[in-house]
Amino acid sequence: MKLRVFGTLALLAVLPLGVGEYYVNLASQVFIFAVFAASINLLLGYGGLPTLGHAAYLGVAAYLSALLQIKLGLSHWAIAPLALIGTTVMACGFGLIALRATGLGFLMLTLALSQVLWGTAYRWVSMTDGDNGLRGLARPAPFGINLDGAPAFYYFTLLVAVFAIWMMARFVSSPFGATLQGARDQPRRMSALGYHVWLIRWVAFVYSAFWGAVSGLLFVYYHKYIHPVSLSLANSAEGLLAVIAGGSGTLAGPIVGAAIVLLLKNWASAYIERWNMLLGFVFVFIVVFMPEGVVPGVKRLWKRYISRA
Amino acid sequence: MEALHIQGLKKSFGGLPAIADVSLSIQEGERRLIIGPNGAGKTTLFNLLTGDLPADAGSILLFESNVTRLATHKRVHLGLARTYQIITLFPRDTLVHNVALSLLGLSRVRWNSFGSLPDSIYESALAVLARVGLEALAERPIAEVAYGEKRRVEIAMALAQKPRLLLLDEPLAGLSREERGTVKQVIGAIPRETTVVMIEHDMDTALDMADRITVLHYGRVIVEGTRAEVVADPKTREVYLGH
Amino acid sequence: MRIANLTHGALFMLGAYLGVSVMRYVPNLWLAALAAGLAVAVFGALLERLVLRKLGGNVLGQVLVTLGVSFIIADACLLVWGGDPIPIQTPALLQRPVQIAGFVFPAYRLAVVAIAVVVALVLFLLMEKTRLGAMIRAGVDDPQMAGAVGIPVSRLFTTVFFLGAALAGAGGVIGGPIMSAYPGLDADMLPLALIVVILGGVGSLLGAFAGAFITGFVYTFGVALLPDLAYVILFLPMILVIAFRPRGLFGKFAA
Repeated sequence: MKLRVFGTLALLAVLPLGVGEYYVNLASQVFIFAVFAASINLLLGYGGLPTLGHAAYLGVAAYLSALLQIKLGLSHWAIAPLALIGTTVMACGFGLIALRATGLGFLMLTLALSQVLWGTAYRWVSMTDGDNGLRGLARPAPFGINLDGAPAFYYFTLLVAVFAIWMMARFVSSPFGATLQGARDQPRRMSALGYHVWLIRWVAFVYSAFWGAVSGLLFVYYHKYIHPVSLSLANSAEGLLAVIAGGSGTLAGPIVGAAIVLLLKNWASAYIERWNMLLGFVFVFIVVFMPEGVVPGVKRLWKRYISRA
Repeated sequence: MEALHIQGLKKSFGGLPAIADVSLSIQEGERRLIIGPNGAGKTTLFNLLTGDLPADAGSILLFESNVTRLATHKRVHLGLARTYQIITLFPRDTLVHNVALSLLGLSRVRWNSFGSLPDSIYESALAVLARVGLEALAERPIAEVAYGEKRRVEIAMALAQKPRLLLLDEPLAGLSREERGTVKQVIGAIPRETTVVMIEHDMDTALDMADRITVLHYGRVIVEGTRAEVVADPKTREVYLGH
Repeated sequence: MRIANLTHGALFMLGAYLGVSVMRYVPNLWLAALAAGLAVAVFGALLERLVLRKLGGNVLGQVLVTLGVSFIIADACLLVWGGDPIPIQTPALLQRPVQIAGFVFPAYRLAVVAIAVVVALVLFLLMEKTRLGAMIRAGVDDPQMAGAVGIPVSRLFTTVFFLGAALAGAGGVIGGPIMSAYPGLDADMLPLALIVVILGGVGSLLGAFAGAFITGFVYTFGVALLPDLAYVILFLPMILVIAFRPRGLFGKFAA
């Protein structure tokens, strides 16, 4: 396992040397989306809490970063922590509301909360410039290193993504991670063992939102632009799709899923104008035929094929 | 000290009173058996004691602390532990992991979100499994072991927390004669520091495990006393006629 | 019915667009509503039978599938009817203003209110006072027991879905003169439906009615006073109610 991880990292480290700028940029986007998807899976796969509003954290962090830059002209050293803290505080509040329910109710509440933000981003024109979005943003220049070039930004994103995923991996394999999974499987039993199930879920909620916010910062740095559509249900759904596609049982699943979804989107949009429709069909297809996820599903079908041959 | 003091407990579902009016006291170290026909309210009583269900009226004192409105996990921290009638273990995890989760429940370490599970917890979990004779199966997933062994794991998990009051909900249900003997041995070996309250349906095997017996019927205490007293009481036979 | 259905907004929109097309040949709003309602109902029933049936209890699966279907419908509408909003003509008879107690109302809006009340009453009577309603409620509460006593649970579920989709489709047409048919109509309608259901409480028609009332009132006044925060105001009642009462106002259980 360790060999696979290090091998992949080594490959990723030399990627920009071998491929053109378009693919380097694509890879950066995959990393950003992977962090987003992995953060969703903390809740969905490990916590058993289906969330349909994760784009809220990506979007709010991105907007906070943009607004702090445009309106207050702060440096990125100040903006990044402020944006992250702001989004996390918001998530603390959202968690208090959403966790009043579980299952379907929880899902609806996360959806509702993120829709509030989405609608507000469109209508609060004085702040967000509504449908125009906020443009002309600058990427950070940590220690003076210019990140405008594709390879430079690629390495920056790779570093942040690796760190983020490493932290999430430590989280799920920690004692707390074990209690989170226990609460997912048998919440009543966990209470009877002395665990504060609600609190466990709330902590996981906030932690997952934090990493969603991190992906939001990377997102706004990459695009140098933020628009309300990034807070949309479709965006949350794409994140969910990445988790489902890769399989919610592991940490690697969402990463693979993110790559699949992003590459599919990129490839498809060259031929098909209606990405949403394709997304819809993919959802239906995966849920009906490969409910455990594309990666495990393909493995299962492959095993069946091999055993017949 | 009284381990458990219940006064005027009531619980209804819709119009149906599951627990009509229950008052009882259990001394520390006692072994109490609660019996009664199906629907008498035995498991509901347990659910009220653990806090899985809120009471409509009445009070519950656990070691003289009023826990009537207290959340379940807080009651556990006061020394309460319980097994369930339906096995509610973690099927995908190994036996030792299940017991480790139980040990973790009362430990500060459970909030650690960065490190790994300390070896000490693992070793303690193995020791607990050894007490119930299951150390050989420690690394097997729960889903793969026999029903009787799962029952023993349930009890092991509850015992792991060294509870002051242990609620056993039909621990012998569904077991073969051999398995029943093993489980009875485990229960019999529980130290007197732990007060044990047991619900059992199988009267014959359970009667000799108890100091005192409470008979429930339609959510009320019908008879209470030592084994001899309960067996002799005509009301007991009335309740069980036809069974 | 305890199914997580996110297609409802899209069904509403589909109904509106189908109504537009029907009215090109038959310029009668009510007939168009009927036709669109039927068409959408058939679609909904097929969806339930072919897809949702297989996902009983799998909440996330239901959500994703219905979400996916809503995306498909939305894009399909865009393909077929284009991106410009298409107005629907108010029926000539109801184009005039009506005076009640010194206030002037557009006749059509009053008609819509009347229709809504009638539909709500009919649904309430259906669910609470008829045998069919009792069977449906039994089927939802305990499908296995209901089946054991001879209730055709699966056929009933399809029927309910059919009915729900029909109302959505017809509603799209009836709402047409007020809202038009436009891309994004589904995204505008769905949150309203969700809010009403969650606020009012799952499983309660009275709750849906109350939820709709409260939401409508709060939203209309809120938007007039604080237009920038329109969306927050829209969701605020629901969020407040859930925070204090997870099962909504009249819900039978927490969603």
